[in-house]
Amino acid sequence: MSSDISAARTLPTETATKTSMNEKMMFLVCEGTGCVSSKSPEIRKALATVVKQLKLGKKAEVGFTGCHGFCQQGPIVVVEPEGIFYCRVKPEDAKSLVEAQLKDGKPVKQCYYRHPATKEEIPHYRDIMFYKEQQRIILRNCGKINPEKVSDYEARGGYQALRKVILEMTPDEIIEEVYRSGLRGRGGAGFSTGIKWDICRKVEGDVKYVICNGDEGDPGAFMDRSILEADPHSVIEGLIILGFAIGAHKGFIYVRAEYPLAVKRVRVALQQARERGYLGAGILGSEFSFDVEIFEGAGAFVCGEETALIASIEGRRGTPRVRPPFPAKEGLWGKPTIINNVKTLASVPVILTRGADWYASIGTEKSKGTAVFALTGKIANSGLVEVPMGVPLSTIIYNIGGGIPNKKAFKAVQTGGPSGGCLPTSKLDLPIDFDSLTAAGSMMGSGGLVVMDEDTCMVDVAKFFLSFTQSESCGKCTPCRVGIRLMVDILDKICQGKGEEKDLDRLEKLGNIVKNGSLCGLGQTAPNPVLTSLRYFRMEFLTHVVDKRCPAVVCRDLVTFRIIPDRCTGCMRCVSVCPTQAITGPRSQPHNLDRSKCIKCRSCYEICRFDAIAGDAIIIES
Amino acid sequence: MSDIAISGIMQEFKGERRELIPILQHTQEALGYLHKDAIRAVARWLKISENEIYGVATFYAQFRFHPPGENHIKVCLGTACHVSGALNFVEVLKADMNLSHGETSPDGKFSFERVACLGCCSLAPVVVTNHEVHGRMNRVKFIELLNSLRGIVTENQARSDNEQ
Repeated sequence: MSSDISAARTLPTETATKTSMNEKMMFLVCEGTGCVSSKSPEIRKALATVVKQLKLGKKAEVGFTGCHGFCQQGPIVVVEPEGIFYCRVKPEDAKSLVEAQLKDGKPVKQCYYRHPATKEEIPHYRDIMFYKEQQRIILRNCGKINPEKVSDYEARGGYQALRKVILEMTPDEIIEEVYRSGLRGRGGAGFSTGIKWDICRKVEGDVKYVICNGDEGDPGAFMDRSILEADPHSVIEGLIILGFAIGAHKGFIYVRAEYPLAVKRVRVALQQARERGYLGAGILGSEFSFDVEIFEGAGAFVCGEETALIASIEGRRGTPRVRPPFPAKEGLWGKPTIINNVKTLASVPVILTRGADWYASIGTEKSKGTAVFALTGKIANSGLVEVPMGVPLSTIIYNIGGGIPNKKAFKAVQTGGPSGGCLPTSKLDLPIDFDSLTAAGSMMGSGGLVVMDEDTCMVDVAKFFLSFTQSESCGKCTPCRVGIRLMVDILDKICQGKGEEKDLDRLEKLGNIVKNGSLCGLGQTAPNPVLTSLRYFRMEFLTHVVDKRCPAVVCRDLVTFRIIPDRCTGCMRCVSVCPTQAITGPRSQPHNLDRSKCIKCRSCYEICRFDAIAGDAIIIES
Repeated sequence: MSDIAISGIMQEFKGERRELIPILQHTQEALGYLHKDAIRAVARWLKISENEIYGVATFYAQFRFHPPGENHIKVCLGTACHVSGALNFVEVLKADMNLSHGETSPDGKFSFERVACLGCCSLAPVVVTNHEVHGRMNRVKFIELLNSLRGIVTENQARSDNEQ
């Protein structure tokens, strides 16, 4: 593992040298969705202006990259070849950044990453703990290359796998190599990619299709977006190889409509791939022809399911159908079709260049390679994390994620989005792979990892996920359509303090009916968040039901707000934000809170915490 | 108005049934929503029933059947945003402007849509106004944001009034 990390560390330097032909310093501004939202294009402009003004054009260049996976620290600027990592940069920092790097100016300490606990400033990318313990294979190019330059991708070994398979390998050899690598589908179910390809390869037929599934609908997961934005060519290369292996000539990349930047980057990349002869007729001088079309999803979570996705491309309502026949035999327009996730396809080129044995040496016995997680929620470092399969949850949360901020205690981690479950402290040592997570009642899913602290109510979270699946259910299967609705109603009742003890048994019973009686993955896994919460956090449900209390003070009907007169300085801040005028009182005297008017919106609580003199004069009790 | 937009879109497609979703996406892009005349035109063109088009269009969250407001507000209610208090924004919109999901205010200034996840979880909670992503929001900041949008609206209003 360590050797791979050091190899990855040296790569950016090599690229910078190769692409710029001399030792130019590169200012690489992140332009993923996260950083763009915090105005990174303005920073790029400001940097370019400063470089021009100071006449440093011969020494330095300003460029951009895709997502680094550390959006929380955005906007990010990385200076290569030194590997300096600047975060939370503002356009007005541009001048001092350039001077610090090229004119012996003062180091711009306010833009260095700070260790969340020790507050120590860490200037180098490689020393930041968030990146240090990761092993980036799927995300190998994210943040390292300009996603709109195919030459950057090629400089890092891109399209070499395609060249190799087309010129040197037979389709059967490719499938054998992918099978031996142990690669399993990264969309969530974890089916062997090699076997899936082999089934489709063996089906007779001239017309076959391949589809890249980028319909990343899981709330809390954003790795597919990042990969498509930061390294679209790796996915395209994987898709072409897949097409060659099974004998397809047409591919689709299905991207969520909510990801406009990803759509744009893929479109640019496809055009470049065509210009370079990687797509089109007679690829790389062979007889193999292949082209790819983008399909923008129209906003339906269920379309992440294979058969629903196919229905959607065919222009119909995205409802799943009975399997078998599996799409590998009868898929798009009735033709054999392979659908692979973005991450699966991005893994394929690197497996074929470095070999199945190398890939199979990473990970656990049954889950090979690495897994990408979107680490979010109540965590110090949130972002994209790629680690070998089998790493314990605690390593991700504490070593990479930097633990829980604001001195709060860890309570649970939710894995696998709406299909997964909430795991408690006792499961922190669980080595994560496909099978261990399923055994614990959760799922790998698409890789969402939402950390929850003591302020999160497990009943509320269970209700949140179930409300989500309820509104996204396509309505085809009655257990899913009606069963989930009934479960949401019960959870609503519990959150309002009207629950009874037997409601918990009802939830379990209904959950199992929904799991067993639904056609597709949505219904089969939708009850998981509730069932795991009932398994690991039953006490919290009981407190809601029996004592009518919400220990995390989240469920509004079970909490009250109170001003502590001794602490209140009478600063009027809460009075000014209260939407219902529930808080009154003259300045400099403890304020009054009229509970009959209070709608429990937390505005006063938040403003007191962060903006008022007292800081803790308003408390929420249950 | 819708006829003109449709004829432009017709040139980009072959007019096959399978192209229905992209056609509707382009139509909405051009008109801001799916006007009933536009749906009729698409139905005639593709030789399918309007019912079939409504069947498909209502299935997907992306399609709107009413004009969006001048300021379109999307509130992300993904997991990370939910645990960071995104429901507050939904409440503010309801309390302040009586706006619920999918509605446009009577004066046409604001419309509101709740979305599942925008993939900006590290910046949670996230609100999008007119294609601009605002991260790390809270109730107070959100109210300020709405006020600033109102300010822009009134300023624009004042300018156009002056011109008249």
